[in-house]
Amino acid sequence: MTLFRRSSQFVVADAAVRRTAKDLRLGETGTICCLEDPEMALKLLEMGCVPGVKVRLSGRAPLGDPLMLVLGDQEYTLSVRASEAATILLKE
Amino acid sequence: MAVTASNSVMAAPSAVQTGPAASPRPLRIALIGNPNSGKTSLFNQLTGLNQKVGNFPGVTVDRKSGFAQLTPAQRAEIVDLPGTYSLYPKSLDEKVITDLLYDKTAASYPDFVVVTVDANNLRRSLLLFTQLGDLGLPAVLALNMMDVAERHGVRIDLAALERELGVPIIPMNARKGIGVAALKIVMAQRLDAPPVRFWEPDEKLLPLVRQIRYYFDLHNDYLALHYAQQYRQIGFLSADDKAYLQELTQQYGFDATPAQAAETIARYTRINEILLETVTVTRTETREPVSNRIDKVLTHRVGGYLIFLGILFTLFQAIFAWAQYPMDWIDQGISALSAGIQDNFHGPLVRLLTEGVLAGLGGVLIFIPQIALLFGFLAVLEETGYMARVTFLMDKLMRPFGLSGKSVVPLISGLACAVPAIMGARTIESWKDRMITIFVTPLMSCSARIPVYTVLVALVVPDQAAWGIFNLRGVALMGLYLLGLFSALGSAWVLKKVLKARERSYFIMEFPVYQWPRWKNVGLTIYQKVQAFVFQAGKVIIAISVLLWVLASYGPGQQQGTAETQVRQQAATQHWSEDEVGRRVASARLENSYAGSFGQALEPAIRPLGYDWKIGIALLTSFAAREVFVGTISTIYSVGQDADMGTLQQKLQAEKDANGQPFFTPARAFSLLVFYVFAMQCMSTLAVTYRETKSWKWPLAQLLYMTGLAYVAALAVYQVLA
Repeated sequence: MTLFRRSSQFVVADAAVRRTAKDLRLGETGTICCLEDPEMALKLLEMGCVPGVKVRLSGRAPLGDPLMLVLGDQEYTLSVRASEAATILLKE
Repeated sequence: MAVTASNSVMAAPSAVQTGPAASPRPLRIALIGNPNSGKTSLFNQLTGLNQKVGNFPGVTVDRKSGFAQLTPAQRAEIVDLPGTYSLYPKSLDEKVITDLLYDKTAASYPDFVVVTVDANNLRRSLLLFTQLGDLGLPAVLALNMMDVAERHGVRIDLAALERELGVPIIPMNARKGIGVAALKIVMAQRLDAPPVRFWEPDEKLLPLVRQIRYYFDLHNDYLALHYAQQYRQIGFLSADDKAYLQELTQQYGFDATPAQAAETIARYTRINEILLETVTVTRTETREPVSNRIDKVLTHRVGGYLIFLGILFTLFQAIFAWAQYPMDWIDQGISALSAGIQDNFHGPLVRLLTEGVLAGLGGVLIFIPQIALLFGFLAVLEETGYMARVTFLMDKLMRPFGLSGKSVVPLISGLACAVPAIMGARTIESWKDRMITIFVTPLMSCSARIPVYTVLVALVVPDQAAWGIFNLRGVALMGLYLLGLFSALGSAWVLKKVLKARERSYFIMEFPVYQWPRWKNVGLTIYQKVQAFVFQAGKVIIAISVLLWVLASYGPGQQQGTAETQVRQQAATQHWSEDEVGRRVASARLENSYAGSFGQALEPAIRPLGYDWKIGIALLTSFAAREVFVGTISTIYSVGQDADMGTLQQKLQAEKDANGQPFFTPARAFSLLVFYVFAMQCMSTLAVTYRETKSWKWPLAQLLYMTGLAYVAALAVYQVLA
């Protein structure tokens, strides 16, 4: 699974090497780099998804969507749809 | 650092001045805070039973307010505002807050605000606080859940934080009531606007901001910036004002979204600076928090759904089985009262009172046990934090139909009764999702359809086993429920295509930490929902019941009298018993009443469905409530109201059509069943839809759509089967 992800990213190498909170593996932690969708960003910012904050994928709903994201240092858990998580870009 | 630090630190910083012992009018205080920050608990602690639920003008959001005795001499009116993360509203609920806080001249403008802040979530909670501070609102900060924060190794230097924020801070635990007394003392003081500013609009925005500020004579720049951001949604601005603001923002090339994002990020930067100096976190636990471990079980891919089903099963058990006892008592109580009055008094006014008003009142009161149980149950699920997980589990399943995970609870409650279910749809923030949910919920087969289903299914479906294990009647009954469910989902899908969303729909939400329910909050919820039902929907139900009674009791001209004389003459020759005569007279009078005339006028319209005028009357009377169907049918077919099911069934089977064949063929019965699955025949539901949507458009659309659907479906069934 991991390999496949890496290789598929490799194929689209150029500008599009980017990961979002949606691409996190279960239990993996990333750091928020920026928010893509301006309007969604306003809501995410208010909920504490600020650039620089750590985000961990702690679970997925049984059908794969929505996602459970733990923010900061185990501070609180957000439930977001995968489409919403895809607007949260992570630092490399 | 733009901080004007105050010198005195603990409970009374310089922002607090000792107020007059008793002010002429009670203080007006607004409670504001993030969702799950303990705001409701604090509100209940402050006001107890001394609260009332009204509506904010123009919207359907509950306006909860109550009085608190702060000191023996000082009373305060406390308004509980909807939970929000910022002063830039994203949902209809949140707009209530800005409408209240923008207009300093309004009568309902609060003297100050109490901001509830979750001590575990200081960074995010303070965002809202800094916005309120910059608006220049005097504030007290209720630092809630201190106990949990301490357990998690969060150490807060209260004195330093108070200095940085420039407002009094009361550490507390609202659940247990710790800190409430201290809060009341501080609330009784007169507070001035906080001296600290956390963020100022950028230099580049100042020309625009200043122009707005002077034009509208506003008290600070930040409020002017909010006008520029949200003028479209500010309720109290005139069309001219809005046009002016639109022109001005265009002229300055003001771009709202980036400006708002930049502000939020700048605020977080400032908050981080403050927290760096005032808060130390030493996480002692290495294990996952308990709440996350519970989530592993409750949102498990298999176990999660099984547990949810188990909870649903218990809920239905409660509503169908346990509620039956108090419902029977209410029913018997009303009947006894009614009989008592009829035995002792006579006359048309007495009959109006017993058959009209009391019958209608009974129709309202009988739902109280179900409503109380349903809302008690839902409140417990909400309080514990489980409801958020249900929406999480169901969201993906509901989305193709234009519903969200948050629609699941109202739809399920709709199987008991659409009235509380529609009230429960309030938790859905998205306007479109909420309207769709309200619209389709009455299609779920509610408990009032059960008597109709039972009578008609028993009439035409043989009582025999199907496929070895199932009873054929049971299968038919389940089919009717599934028909209701699928029509609800299908209608939602259609509505999704038709409706234009006025606001963007977000699913993003915070998972509250699991906790034991606070029984006081549960009790208050039950009390308020029952009260709202009895006084709001109840008025309409009683009015319609009275109207129907008049229509069924009186007829045009002398028709009823003539018909009665005929029956009595017949009786003399036929030697009927007293009871038999009574029933036949009642039947004849009904036939010649206004309702009977309507039934006959309706006959041409319903003949294609296989119905005659008698069923027409039943359809008309059961418009007020479906369960009236059985009673009406019994009366029309000259069966005493108290006759048992067997007798009613025999009478229905004995009913012959013009050719001497049994009237209730499978085609007719199924047509009628399908009609009852779809048709909107519930005044209470229409009334509550009106109350919840604040517009006649929605109940009217529901009535036309569902009844139209019922007509077409019943027509198809009859024509195919006949």
